[in-house]
Amino acid sequence: MSKYWNEAIECAKPHEMKALQSFRLSQTVRRVYENVPFYRDKMDTAGVKPEDIRSVEDLHKLPFVVKQDLRDTYPYGMFAVPMEQVVRLHASSGTTGKQIVVGYTHNDLDMWADCCARAITAAGGDKTDFMHVSYGYGLFTGGLGIHGGAEKVGMTVIPVSVGNTNRQINIIKDFGSTIICCTPSYALFLAETMQEMGISKDDIKLKAGIFGAEPWTEEMRKEIEDKLGLKAFDIYGLTEIIGPGVAFECEEQTGMHINEDNFIVETINPDTGEVLPEGEQGELVFTCITKEAFPIIRYRTRDIGVLSRNKCSCGRTLVKMLKPRGRSDDMLIIRGVNVFPSQIESVLLSLGNSTPHYQLIVDRVNNTDTLEIKVELTAEMFSDTVKSLEEHERAIKSAVESTLGISAKITLVEPKTLTRFEGKAVRVIDNRKLH
Amino acid sequence: MLIKQISVFVENKPGRLCGITKLLKENDIDIRALSIADTKDFGILRLIVNKPDQAVEALKNHDCMVSLTNVVAVGISDKPGGLAAVMDTLYAYNITVEYMYAFISKEADKAYVIFRVDNNDKALEALTEKDFTILTSEQVYDM
Repeated sequence: MSKYWNEAIECAKPHEMKALQSFRLSQTVRRVYENVPFYRDKMDTAGVKPEDIRSVEDLHKLPFVVKQDLRDTYPYGMFAVPMEQVVRLHASSGTTGKQIVVGYTHNDLDMWADCCARAITAAGGDKTDFMHVSYGYGLFTGGLGIHGGAEKVGMTVIPVSVGNTNRQINIIKDFGSTIICCTPSYALFLAETMQEMGISKDDIKLKAGIFGAEPWTEEMRKEIEDKLGLKAFDIYGLTEIIGPGVAFECEEQTGMHINEDNFIVETINPDTGEVLPEGEQGELVFTCITKEAFPIIRYRTRDIGVLSRNKCSCGRTLVKMLKPRGRSDDMLIIRGVNVFPSQIESVLLSLGNSTPHYQLIVDRVNNTDTLEIKVELTAEMFSDTVKSLEEHERAIKSAVESTLGISAKITLVEPKTLTRFEGKAVRVIDNRKLH
Repeated sequence: MLIKQISVFVENKPGRLCGITKLLKENDIDIRALSIADTKDFGILRLIVNKPDQAVEALKNHDCMVSLTNVVAVGISDKPGGLAAVMDTLYAYNITVEYMYAFISKEADKAYVIFRVDNNDKALEALTEKDFTILTSEQVYDM
């Protein structure tokens, strides 16, 4: 079995890839100019004509698209084909505002499945594997996206979707699931529940997991790998671009290869919009160059990342994005200090006896920001004395202070009381009224 | 002879103690003695019950954070100076008390004190030497 799904693309020579991208980009730009009034107006305002975009080098001339644009054109204003060609809709959960809707043609679904098939193959999956999909099925792209890729590979797909953790574990055990896809926080929750049910990692056959839809840390990866006895791969995607499969990790586990034949990536300075040289940390911006129904151009993801073209030991030449440090949306500014929830997670895991189950509560009291970190108590931390619990609180407090440079109130809470994730974890509650 | 004390982590929020005691009731568990240590954000409920293992299992099944600790139960005479005599002994033998709580018995003139000390063996030795009554777990559980 090949270690690549599409070797010609995944290991293409850089100049060939660039030529392919340039050709596809110019076609896509012409198409959206002709079919989507939003793009035509934006390009006209910026004084850019489709013929000005001949290669990847010209990309910077085009205006950005931001999430608000998708809300303003809700529901179908950004679609580039007549609705009779659209065979599927997905939507993003509108946690921060109105939801957004995206569409797919038959070809789009096929391309998407191909991207996911590359991710699955890179994680060591082939048609002999049993694919356990615990991402949500429905309007969320996670479930059906991976599902399409897994079917394309020819795996035996188990479309469990989210919820009923005990049943999920019985299915993993009885059906012999070998690869699992879910959010990393749910993977840990599965591991904990397994422990409670008295099922060990030797009782199950999972060998790999493809985890995404929320930022996670190296420490969390290690914990998932230890507890479930599998190799954990990261996968990246956004509904606006296509869903999971925009980028995927290979066995080197040092970043995610971007499917550059379909998506052109740039990093920009989030404040000025200036394009940064590859290798500098910035906001990731994607342009779809093969999509028919919803070909978004220069979409600002709010995700902060770094690109790398260093030679990868897996042989793929696709550019790699290093794990996003978190979304710039997730970044909190507390008393002037930039704080990513993932940093708190790293601190907790580095202490050894705590779980990454935490919640940050930010508030403003007398014009000063306050940060409270709620941490779920573990059996290792608890004894019968108040003194020992207070020592744990102090240890967390001082580790947070020395890592982030801000003081926080630490509150230990009972196990399994923080908002639980069968989808995404609620890590931050910001009670400040800043707007 | 040591007895098992159950410690339960209790967040300071309405209904927690109610939930825990209800759970014990549903499992037909009889409380022999209890104390609660409280801080601003949480408390630790310490319990001596008739069926400690069953109580722990029931609490764990309801996602309570529970631990078992060995403590010493001493019988003293219920009159002025009864407790002072025990404390005197512990002090003389350089035994540190982390916490303690007392309860009186159905028997006249008798009281019992639960001690959590830094060194159980040393405490047992000292108290036995001074002829204090150390209660066995059966005595406490069946009280």
